[in-house]
Amino acid sequence: MTAKAVAAPLEATGIVRRFGGVTAVDRVSIALARGEVHALIGTNGAGKSTLVNVLAGELAGDAGTVALNGVDVTRWRQPRRARAGLGRSYQRTSVFATFSVLENCRLCAQARRPRTRRLALDAAAHDAPSLDAARRALARTGIEPLADRVVATLSHGQRRTLEVAMCLAGEPEVLLLDEPLAGMGADETATMLALLDSLRPGHAILLVEHDMDAVFRIADRITVMVDGAVIASGAPDAIRANADVQAAYLGETDAHF
Amino acid sequence: MSSTAPEARAAWPVIAAAIAIVAFPLFGGRFAIDLATSIIVSAIFALSLALLVGETGLVSFGHAAFLGIGAYATALLAPKAGAPSLVWLAPAVVSVTAACALVIGALAIRTRGVYFIMVTLAFSQMAYYVFHDTGIGGGSDGIYINARPTLPFVASLGDGRTFYYVAVACLFATFLLLTAIKRARFGHALAGIRVNEARMRAAGFPTYAYKLAAFTLAGALAGVAGLLWAVKDGFVNPELLAWHQSGAVLLMLIIGGLGSLRGAVVGALAFILMKEAFQSEALFGAFARHWQLPLGLAIIALVATMPRGLMGLRESWRARRRTRPGVVA
Amino acid sequence: MPIPMDIATFLVQCLNAVQYGLLLFLVASGLTLIFGIMGVINLAHGSFYMIGAYMAWGLAPLVAAHLAGGFATVLAIGIVLSVLLGYVLEWAFVSFLYRRDHLQQVLMTYGLILVFEELRSLVAGNDVHGVAAPASLAGSIALGDLMSYPVYRLLISAVCVVVALAMWLVLARTRLGMSIRAGASNREMSEALGIDIRFLYRVVFATGVALAAFAGMIAAPVSSVYPGMGNAVLILSFVVVVIGGIGSVRGALLAALLVGFVDTFGKVLVPQASGVAVYVLMAAILLWRPEGLFRRV
Repeated sequence: MTAKAVAAPLEATGIVRRFGGVTAVDRVSIALARGEVHALIGTNGAGKSTLVNVLAGELAGDAGTVALNGVDVTRWRQPRRARAGLGRSYQRTSVFATFSVLENCRLCAQARRPRTRRLALDAAAHDAPSLDAARRALARTGIEPLADRVVATLSHGQRRTLEVAMCLAGEPEVLLLDEPLAGMGADETATMLALLDSLRPGHAILLVEHDMDAVFRIADRITVMVDGAVIASGAPDAIRANADVQAAYLGETDAHF
Repeated sequence: MSSTAPEARAAWPVIAAAIAIVAFPLFGGRFAIDLATSIIVSAIFALSLALLVGETGLVSFGHAAFLGIGAYATALLAPKAGAPSLVWLAPAVVSVTAACALVIGALAIRTRGVYFIMVTLAFSQMAYYVFHDTGIGGGSDGIYINARPTLPFVASLGDGRTFYYVAVACLFATFLLLTAIKRARFGHALAGIRVNEARMRAAGFPTYAYKLAAFTLAGALAGVAGLLWAVKDGFVNPELLAWHQSGAVLLMLIIGGLGSLRGAVVGALAFILMKEAFQSEALFGAFARHWQLPLGLAIIALVATMPRGLMGLRESWRARRRTRPGVVA
Repeated sequence: MPIPMDIATFLVQCLNAVQYGLLLFLVASGLTLIFGIMGVINLAHGSFYMIGAYMAWGLAPLVAAHLAGGFATVLAIGIVLSVLLGYVLEWAFVSFLYRRDHLQQVLMTYGLILVFEELRSLVAGNDVHGVAAPASLAGSIALGDLMSYPVYRLLISAVCVVVALAMWLVLARTRLGMSIRAGASNREMSEALGIDIRFLYRVVFATGVALAAFAGMIAAPVSSVYPGMGNAVLILSFVVVVIGGIGSVRGALLAALLVGFVDTFGKVLVPQASGVAVYVLMAAILLWRPEGLFRRV
């Protein structure tokens, strides 16, 4: 055994992504650590979502590398990265509107669960491994009572929670959460933050958020992006005191440090 | 995704239909049995596409290609002399058709949405021209099958009634197979791909591979229908691959109701009967020559007023009778 | 060993390819605009080509008997009639298709093809007809001392080029063109800005119909008038749109010329596989660029 440090669950180096003449992500490097909530904040159009898409594998970067636990996954497409333990939730709720809540999670669990030995002829009712994983995710997020409801009948807050539950159902190691708090009221926000807190052990979480209150409450590290580039990265107190960050947020109505 | 009780209740129409199908030859004359056989084989053709369009959401306007490839493979693989046994001929035909579906699908599935519709149409036209213009088949005249294939334990496939039952057996087998697939993990994954493919990819499903598998399976089953068609007529010609055939099978699915296997069978029955009616001189006299006009108008009217097909009508009728809120069948 | 072509034959085939490609462009550009801007896939588009050809055949004797101007008058009347047809069809039928999914659009317009085919059969019968090219253009013109080429075919190409230029001018340089392109990218915003989307769609559809019918009209002297002539054109138009990219007129032009060349030279060099060459081209492009060569307008 070498004395090398254990590889980071997710490490991206020098990510560049252009769209025509616009550089949406400009040589961004970011690393996630196990047991840590790493927040990614920035002004609108800073390139946060694009970066998340490149990390997840939905978009190919024009330059740079992405590694999962030391393995270079830059050339891997999204499904393969997901099976390797990289989960994500979407800023705009992306669920299966016509299926039940339970089926939504079960499908997300299915890809990572090996087939049962006996022929599961009615997957919805009998595929134990994926059903168990789904129920665990629902229990974790507190929406198990909604299991049999059709998603189209849920409220916005419930759907955002389902969005996270679906991400958890695949039992990923790395979680890329894109504005999970968007549109949530105070109570729902508190519940979600408590959930994120409880997820810390064993997971590496990247949290993209606009809600500064929440970010400063829960983040262990914060990275700030402006116009596609990282302008600061560090502990919350350091970020709060950082002159560049304050300058960037001057005039932003949701900035209250 | 419902519990077993409503499903058990829903199974009896299927059983009743199965009994009717099996009992039919006792009451029908030669013409009726021949027509019924056409309907049965068309139902298999429709079922083959049902999983691809209804479950996976891939609208292929070129499915006739695989019907034709199956039919031509039957004619071309049959030896010049002696009657081939279906025991080896059938798997051979299905393998050839599946291989073609794999190749065409590998290219077509690189596209989506409207592109996919246009590309599948184009590829089936290509197949049409291959058989129509080149020397592979007998050109636009088609080719005969030299000797009628045989099946062990079956007296003669030349007898209308016997062949009818063989076709029915294939129909039941196809229906059961697709039902099993629909309920299995694979079928659920296909449904997920239809509803939200991006999410499926985020969850770790290699969606291209799943779609290709569904496409290949659809092609292989269409090959079975093609085989039966060729054996029934003893003759194959390029019109089997015409895009009108691809349009017809899509119509069968939408008339019956997308997403429902029973709908595929019912739709095949409805479409063929409708076409027979419009072409019937007994009903329309001399105007029967222009059957495409009422058929075209009927198609427009049906798709416009019943987009969820006959099964969809039944659903909304049952939903109105039920008073429980918040439950979706 | 392919038969070596002499220069004269090669040039003739090139001109044929260009003419064929340009005609295809007229039809395909309408198809790609209608889909790109209105989101409607219209299988009956080939029928408009057929209707144009039959109009030319039907109007020619009437014009010769009662009006002056010969073929030009036939074309003018034909254009007016097809614009009218497109306008009425959009209002009565196509507008129902906007909210429908692709499968329903495909099937409803497939039904429309059957209706058109049968109406044609009732009105004009099932025989093959010819349309005479205008007498002044009926001859051939010498191209250098290598060979001669029919004047009328050159005219077809020239007219198509003029139409293509006119389309580019309208789309890129006029307010109407801007409205069309705006409607393509963002319908709600365009409506909010006061652009009358319904009227715009009607104009786009009528133009598409007129383009296809016009192509049928000017092609009639060369390709004759027969049942089912719309179907081959339709499917080739689809290939053009797939290769060129949905919504891109530029793409349609490039793709149509490509298809014209591949088809023409395919038929000459490999006659047994003539119909297949174009699809091999399509397959090759799909391998490389599944979304077509260009994107939107």
